[in-house]
Formats: sequence, C-alpha cells, structure tokens
Amino acid sequence: MSKLKEKLDSGKFTITAEIGPPKGSDVSEFREIVKLLKGKIDAFNVTDGQGASMKLSSLAGCLVILSEGEEPVMQMTGRDRNRIAIQSELLGAYALGIRNILAITGDYPTLGDNPGAKPVYDLDSVGILLAASSLMKGRDLAGNLLKGEPPNFYLGATANPNFFPIEVELIKMEKKIEAGARFFQTQAVYDINVAERFMKEVSNFNIKVLLGIIPLRSLKSAQFVSKMIPGVKISEEVLRRMENASDPKIEGLKIAAELIRKVKEHGLAHGVHIMAIGAEKTVPILLDML
Amino acid sequence: MIITKKKPIEEILNELDSYEKIFIVGCTLCATASKTGGEEEVREMKEKLEFSGKRVVGTVVLDPVCNLQKSKLDLKKYVSGISESEALLCMACGNGLQTLGEIVEDKPIFPANDTLFLGEVKRFGVFEERCLQCGKCLLTNGLAICPLSRCPKGMLNGPCGGAKDGLCEVNQDLKCVWMEIYERLKRMGRLSDLKKINLPLDYSIKIRPGQHYVRRGVLNEQT
Ligand code: SF4
Ligand code: SF4
Repeated sequence: MSKLKEKLDSGKFTITAEIGPPKGSDVSEFREIVKLLKGKIDAFNVTDGQGASMKLSSLAGCLVILSEGEEPVMQMTGRDRNRIAIQSELLGAYALGIRNILAITGDYPTLGDNPGAKPVYDLDSVGILLAASSLMKGRDLAGNLLKGEPPNFYLGATANPNFFPIEVELIKMEKKIEAGARFFQTQAVYDINVAERFMKEVSNFNIKVLLGIIPLRSLKSAQFVSKMIPGVKISEEVLRRMENASDPKIEGLKIAAELIRKVKEHGLAHGVHIMAIGAEKTVPILLDML
Repeated sequence: MIITKKKPIEEILNELDSYEKIFIVGCTLCATASKTGGEEEVREMKEKLEFSGKRVVGTVVLDPVCNLQKSKLDLKKYVSGISESEALLCMACGNGLQTLGEIVEDKPIFPANDTLFLGEVKRFGVFEERCLQCGKCLLTNGLAICPLSRCPKGMLNGPCGGAKDGLCEVNQDLKCVWMEIYERLKRMGRLSDLKKINLPLDYSIKIRPGQHYVRRGVLNEQT
C-alpha cells in the first residue's frame, strides 16, 4: 500500500520533496539528504534525468530511499524509453517495493548535458499513465496477460497552475485523470491568488493536489525560475524582499514557509511538494519554519 | 516536398579528393524547389568543381531522380559521360541518391546535400516540417495540424510542461503546436475534441525498411 495515498486520503496536510540523484554512482550524499529529511516529509520524489541531464536512475534512487525506511515517488519520463522499457521498469519498481509513480513526458535532450541523445517519446505522460493503469489491470499496454498479482500503483502526474491559457492545462489534467492519475504535484507557485484560482478550477476533479514550492535563493534565482517555469510570475513584493534581504537564502525559505502556511491554514490544497533543486539540505530549515 | 540543404563545398571537395572526373546529377522537383539541385545549382557546382581542378564530364537534371524506371531510361543518353566519370555527385535528396545507386552500380556516388524532412514550402527559402509519414494519418478529425511532426516530442495529448508563453520548449522560434491546435479548435467551436485521448501510436504498421505495393493509391498487403 502507498503510504502517500493513505496520508492524502486521511485528509492530513501532506508534504513531499524532490531530490535529484547524483551524477555518478556514489549515493552517499543522496543518502545523507534522505537521512536529514527522514520522518519530516511524507514521500521523496526521485527525479528521472531532470532537465534532460544524465544522472543516476530514478529507480536506484528510490531503492536508497526504501533502504532508509522512507517512501519514494518514482518519476518516470518517456524521453529515454519506449513502451517496452517503461512497462518493464514499472514492473521492476513494483517488485522492489515502489508504490508511487509520477508520469512525466520529460525535458527535451538538447536542453540537457547529452544534447546529441536520440529522443524516444514513444509515450507521452498520458501514455505512461495508460501503460501503468493497464499493468494494474493485469495486462500490458498491448493487452497481453501478466503473470501473478498485478501491481498496485498510486499514480501521479504534474500540472502547472501558471499555464496560460489555463483551459488547455485543465483539459490535459482531465486526460491524465482519465488515464489513471490520482494525485498531482504542481509546478511552483509563488502567488497565493494563482494557487487559489487553480484549486477552484480543479475542485470538481477527484484528485489530490500538492502545490509546488521552489524556495528562491537569490534575486538571480528568481529571474531563473521565471524564465524556466512557463507562466510563473513572481510579485514585485517578493522580488523586493529578495533584493533587500541580508541573507537571501534564508529570506527565500521564509517566503516559501509563509506560502506553505497560508496553503495549510486556508485548506487550499492537500499538501505541498518542495523542489529545492540542488539545495535539498536547506529543506529541513524550511520545514522547521512551518 | 523533400527539403534538403547544401553540404559545405569543402566537405564535398574533401569527399571527392581522390577523384578527378565527376558526373553531376540534379533533380527537377524537390531539390530544385529547395535550391539545392536544380539547373542553376548544378551549373554553379560545375563551376566550383572546375575551379578546384576537377573535370566535370557531364551533368543532368533528372525529372525526378527518385523514379527508378524513368531515371534508368533518361540516363541512357548519358552513358558515355557516366562511364568516363570516376565518381558521381548527386544533388538530390538521400532517396534520389540511392535510386541513382541502383542504376549506376559500379561508381561511387556522393551526396551534395543533407536531407532534412518532408515539409511545406512556406515561401521562397522557408520550409517547415509537416509530416513524419507515420503510416496511419491521425488527422481524421478535420484539424489539419499534425502534433506528431510539429511537436519535437510528438506529444499526442496536449502540450508538454515546457511550453513558455505559447512558444515551444525546444525551439523558441516556433509556436507550441498545441497552442495552434487549441486556437484552431476554438475557432471551429470544437474545443471538446481536445479532451479525446490519443492512444500511443501503432508503430507496427511502419516496418522499416519497407517495400510497399500501392495500386491506385491503395496499399496491397500481398503482392
Ligand atoms: S499524423 Fe502527422 S505524421 Fe502521421 S501521416 Fe498524418 S500528418 Fe503525417
Ligand atoms: S512546447 Fe509544445 S511543441 Fe514544444 S515540445 Fe512541448 S508540446 Fe511539443
């Protein structure tokens, strides 16, 4: 059983965070971060070649998390695998104890550190969800029977509350839900109004939503985030706070903490998903601020 | 139209390094439209090669190169030039080059062009990829916009997370094709079409390499 599902179903405010696996086979620092966050969050997302950069696999990272007694969310992109590889990795993941899957299409290879790679994209995010749902019914995507108990995944997908026009994003979410997504982790939001509007739009979807939080680290990182995340707008006030802060890193964490508290107090979403992107060690500080 | 671009002349000369007598083949269709292998380009190529000390023993612009039987016939008039040559330079697409290879079996043939894609001529010198020849056209919905060929990720169910301000994550010179699809459906009052899940493609219908028997536009499975 997915503990993440249990927690979300119980209605308690849920916190997940993302950690990027190392670019190398040494998982000691990765494990250290897991230990730092142990018991403090409900599940750990392990990215799958985030930003199309070649890293240790999500599956391997998830096993490290399991070995620490914590719960992983395996991110699975369609960028590098065809439907045979995706399904076999999903089966492998389940056999090894992984219950949560986040289906993502994946950033394009030219944006990463192996720009010459051949992109696959046999399945888009909806296709990955269809494949996983199919396995859960005891058949592969082509309809062939699986042996034994079918896997029982808790399937998730991503959404971007900042996307314009939001109509397109909502339709896409509906498709993901139809294909099997039960929880959503969103792109970062910095504006409580954006979050509120988005949550209102999805209120009749039968899903759990974890709003994305990316703590800012500097004025520059604010500009970076605005550039990277489609549609994201960071308010003048937040920018000013980052600019005037004596310790921008702490200020960024404070801003994130304030937002999380608001989400929690107003019962806006079912939880939050923290993406510290390389600064995972600061996440415990953020959690202490809540 | 098959869109091609010229290889740099240095690269061509490098390939032709050990050959002196060259026969040039152009193509009246796609390569002419792409300005990579029409009469004019063939003439220019001849001058360039001669300037670099080569002897051009003949040229022809076939109509088009990729029609095997026709090209076989048309090349009959050029047998002497071809047999005198040490190598052929093909100014058509990659397909045309291989057609030529089937006719001229005993000479090396070099490409003068890089073959890019099957596309539309937007206007003179501007081309856009429009079809990946997937084998079973998805555009049965009246939409006339192919997400498979016009989205780098071939997204079948809406934009990826990377579309920024309506532009494509991969190439910011292009509008995200899903924005175009959205706008067109909206104009047609058919936005609900966006909700239909497109299943993963069936690539089994596209066995590569393939020899296909088409009679009167109908693909015959057994011939
Ligand atoms: S769906 Fe796209 S790639 Fe396939 S045949 Fe139609 S236009 Fe070509
Ligand atoms: S931005 Fe749009 S066109 Fe570009 S890869 Fe994503 S979905 Fe495809």
